Amino acid sequence: MSDLKQFRADTRAWLEQNCPQSMRKPIMDETDTVGGGRNPTFKHPDQKLWMDAMGAKGWTVPTWPKEYGGGGLNKEQAKILRQEMIDLQCRTPLQGMGISMLGPALLEYGSEEQRLQHLPKIARGDIWWCQGYSEPGAGSDLASLQTKAEDQGDHYLVNGSKIWTSGADKADWIFCLVRTDNSGSKHHGISFVLFDMTTPGVTVKPILLISGRSPFCETFFDDVKVPKENLMGEQDKGWTIAKYLLTHEREMISGIGGAAKKKFSEHAIDAIGLVNGRLADPVLRVDIAKFELNALAFAKTMEKVGDETKSGKGLGPASSIFKYYGTELNKTRCELMIDVYGEQAMGWEGDEYSAGHIPRTWLRSKGNSIEGGTSEVQLNIISKRVLGLK
Amino acid sequence: MPLILNEEEQMLKDAAAGFLTEKAPVAALRQLRDERSESGYDKDLWREMAEMGWAGIAIPEAYGGLGYGYVGLGLVLEQMGRNLSVSPLQSAVATAATLINIAGSEEQKQALLPDIAAGTLLVTLALQEGRHHAPANTALTATFKDGSYVLNGKKVAVIDAHVADKIIVVARTSGSAGDSTGLSLFLLDSDTVGLSRERVIMVDSRNSGTIALHNVTVGSDSIIGEPNAALEALEQTLSIANTCLAAEMLGLSLQAYETTIEYLKQRSQFGAVLASFQGLQHRAADMFAELELCKSMVLATLQAIDAQADNVHLLAAGAKAKLCEVTERVTNEAIQMHGGIGMTDEFDMGFYLKRARVAQQTLGGYSYQLDRFASLSGF
Repeated sequence: MSDLKQFRADTRAWLEQNCPQSMRKPIMDETDTVGGGRNPTFKHPDQKLWMDAMGAKGWTVPTWPKEYGGGGLNKEQAKILRQEMIDLQCRTPLQGMGISMLGPALLEYGSEEQRLQHLPKIARGDIWWCQGYSEPGAGSDLASLQTKAEDQGDHYLVNGSKIWTSGADKADWIFCLVRTDNSGSKHHGISFVLFDMTTPGVTVKPILLISGRSPFCETFFDDVKVPKENLMGEQDKGWTIAKYLLTHEREMISGIGGAAKKKFSEHAIDAIGLVNGRLADPVLRVDIAKFELNALAFAKTMEKVGDETKSGKGLGPASSIFKYYGTELNKTRCELMIDVYGEQAMGWEGDEYSAGHIPRTWLRSKGNSIEGGTSEVQLNIISKRVLGLK
Repeated sequence: MPLILNEEEQMLKDAAAGFLTEKAPVAALRQLRDERSESGYDKDLWREMAEMGWAGIAIPEAYGGLGYGYVGLGLVLEQMGRNLSVSPLQSAVATAATLINIAGSEEQKQALLPDIAAGTLLVTLALQEGRHHAPANTALTATFKDGSYVLNGKKVAVIDAHVADKIIVVARTSGSAGDSTGLSLFLLDSDTVGLSRERVIMVDSRNSGTIALHNVTVGSDSIIGEPNAALEALEQTLSIANTCLAAEMLGLSLQAYETTIEYLKQRSQFGAVLASFQGLQHRAADMFAELELCKSMVLATLQAIDAQADNVHLLAAGAKAKLCEVTERVTNEAIQMHGGIGMTDEFDMGFYLKRARVAQQTLGGYSYQLDRFASLSGF
């Protein structure tokens, strides 16, 4: 125990010394987040200082092994780091697909050479990664993907296109699902490859969304040469990695609207006020009570599944509801936010009420129940795999 | 505390499931109904349940119970919900014994709890007076006169009234209806002069009743706890009893749901099993999600009660409200998805539907609990 106490004290002291004051404020929108990359953009120079300091210590990815640029922390130590960062309100220094998606997959399925090549750069924020999954004809039905990779001896020749590639216009590398064999079942013949976005033949076109932002892109591949050593896992068996990452992605998306936000009812009390201890709008009060109750019950369910997993029971069927329920809950929250703040909440430009924040968040939330498998696909999965209805 | 059952709790759950499926299935309820049972419950079954310690499961060891806590009682009630087993567990143990344990003096606890734990004493709570659950609106009066209390008034929705040995009557000793102070708890023998009881058989074939008090005169030694200050103990008890109801409703809903899922896999129409229709699949999958939330809420609340956490009232109101919502939906869908057979008395699903609605309304239904949840959340 005393080791952990010492670790906590050291961690605290280091964070206090190295985390700039400006990085100890809540993240308001995506310009406050840092994604790194070859041509990084920083809204504030402190963002770079903070990313570099944490990256050098490996604390951008605290639990990855040190030889891959990680912090080499065990679970208890990582928890302490997290707690101290929350306590000091330190921002996450670096985030993106490299840290949250590809890194864990490399640790699980990558070769030693691939790990050594890519992981330290992810940890330091040197390379920005994007994910090439969906295609115009393969959205919810991802395994129907047709982007072709022909075996040319020492390399693959990749032709096709991807859509909804998050941040592809800023990304340096892509991890991508391609079809290397079309003869068997659709789940067979998919391969998982990594390549540089500056490779000749790659073009990217951002997609303007209803929220006024362009976080997603269309990405086109025209005779793109990908060296054979960039294949991750076995050829034709990439679906295993794809599924692993989809599960991972769904868990992340289901957490949207979860922890660390102001309690919803506090917004309502601020904006609408109380009469005799009750929200002045009785109809909205009921809607908010239903939402808060479901949010509480959902949080307890995440906690329960977490406890079951820790006890060694494995991930039970309850985890299949997370993506579905979490995103639907977040959409409800965004709709209620408009009801709470009223017509003025719908301002798009202008200074008052940090204009645009509420409608942009609301519009963005519509994608939550589409990306990473729609709500309907999630219900299909529960029906068929959990309930055996088919 | 982790939100999982420990080994001992898992064993209790399995044992309760095995025993109740064999001894107290829906067929037993059907028999009680068809034979127009005098007592409305099976006394031999109750004796066996008491012998296994279930009547004293949440009663402290110092008063003859097992001291196993409300997680244990909740697990048994969940299995009773699955089988629609009938017993005085809800009235005498989850409610009356809890109230005595919270409000009673040491002497009163010693005198009453061991007999309740042994299954030999049935006590019930007489609280409600109007159509709806509203504890603070109690108007039944107890007037202090010549060193005694004189009680006059009526109570409704008194579960197991006609078979109870003793009745705890919530009465107003000061103030007027709506005041949060001025309530007292009187423990009356059910054969007290001036007390009359009438049995009511509810739609779920279970016992309820009304009692009328006409100049019932008792000493102050009949009061449980402090006079004029019963509401706090009463509210603690109601949170616990409502959580126990939620546990029963959870078992009931899970059984109705699983039965329906199995039916969808067997019944064919238009040349295909019902299970293959997406219109039914998505409704079933959405209910699965809601039931997972119910499981977590009930367990979290039962654990909070045992840990004497400071958010028990909020969790209990939330658990009961959530279970009211989901139980209503699941039992309605169970009937709908079974089609015509679901409407027949011969098939068991009607019993689940009926028990569900009574349990929902008991001690405050959806609107009462959701309103309470909002108020306790500060809005």
